Formats: sequence, C-alpha cells, structure tokens
Amino acid sequence: MVEILYFSWVRERIGKPRETVETGAMTVRQLVEELKSREPRYESAFSDLSAVRVALDQELTDFDASISGTREIAFFPPMTGG
Amino acid sequence: MSVRIQSHRFDIGAELEAFSSGRTDAGAMVNFCGIVRQDSESPLARMVIEHYPGMTEKSIRKIEDEAKDRWSLIDSLIVHRFGELGPGEPIMMVATLAKHRAEAFSAAEFLMDYLKSRAPFWKKEIRSGEASWVASKLSDEAALDRWN
Repeated sequence: MVEILYFSWVRERIGKPRETVETGAMTVRQLVEELKSREPRYESAFSDLSAVRVALDQELTDFDASISGTREIAFFPPMTGG
Repeated sequence: MSVRIQSHRFDIGAELEAFSSGRTDAGAMVNFCGIVRQDSESPLARMVIEHYPGMTEKSIRKIEDEAKDRWSLIDSLIVHRFGELGPGEPIMMVATLAKHRAEAFSAAEFLMDYLKSRAPFWKKEIRSGEASWVASKLSDEAALDRWN
C-alpha cells in the first residue's frame, strides 16, 4: 500500500488530491503505466511525462527510481514558486 | 535559518525588524519580496498558490542550509504564502544576514533561484472567470546552472 498525492493540474486531471493504492510496481514508471491502464483520467494526466515531476517521500527523483519501501509518492508539474 | 509557509499577509517591515534586531555580528542585510503583478492587457482577478505541505518546508530548509555553507550566512528568513492573493499583495520574501553585502546579495539570489524551481509551489492565475496554471520557465531552470 502506498499513498499517492497529486498537485496542480495533475490533481485536477485525476480529480482527487490523494489516494492509497495497492501496487506490484517496482519503479515509478511501472506505477504510472499501471495507473494509466486503470482509467482514462490517469492517461490524461500522464500522457506527457516530460511535463510531470515526481517525489518519493518528499524528495525529488526520476521515473526510473525504485518505489520499494516508499510510503508517499507525489506527482506534480514543474514548480513555479517565488 | 527559518522558513514560514502561511496563507495570511505578512508585514515586510515588521519581518525585517524582527529578523535583524539584536544582531551585532552582521554588517549587511538583503531583502527580496515578490509581489503579485497586475497585467494591464489581461487583468488578473487573483492568484491562487498551492503547495505540498511537508515537502515545502523540508526542501526550503535544505536550500537554506546550502546557502549558509556557501556564503557563511549569519541567518536567513523565507516567508512564502499560499492560498488566494490579489494584485499588489506580497507573495513571498527572502532576507539574508551576512558580515558583508556581497555574501548577503549572492545568498539571496541563490535562495530565490532555487525557490523558483525546487520548492513545491504552483501558481494559478484567475482572469475574468478563466483559470490557468502558470507554466515554469526554461530561464528559471537555466538560472540554477550558474550556481553549479
């Protein structure tokens, strides 16, 4: 079981800020593929991965990172702070 | 080194006063404040800022620690707002205290560059009922290169 958080337009396209999922995925990329196969809204949020960033347990990483032992995964667009 | 993420407006003068009072070891204080800019061609009704509680504070503390090491900063303060903001309102501020101004200026610029593209904030602009997320700029990402 892993907690997934969505922010900004990723959250809007998926339609919820967070969810808990059961997954057999080993990497972020596999998890994304799994989600995309579930419902069209995930396909819409993850159609262009170059526009999405990922953080594992609140640390920025990339889509090939292993999610083994991760408690919290977050997906969001490039940040626009300041 | 401190960071505050809040929805309510802050008073820049009061923040700087509190941040620097009682310090006798610093010879320079630099402050930058970002403000919601009005757009005369396409008027902005308001801005909505979203953030990732937990990661926001953590990532900013990491940036502050790095700035402290690089420029022997005496102290730094970062205040960033989230929620709804109107044109002319302050969005965020950075203040640095150092022995000399060169360190205080450089560290403030470094903190700003990293805040723009490494702290999890997202801005949305609302114009006459239409909402759009602000896109990140390639120039913001390129700005980080000069610190490597």
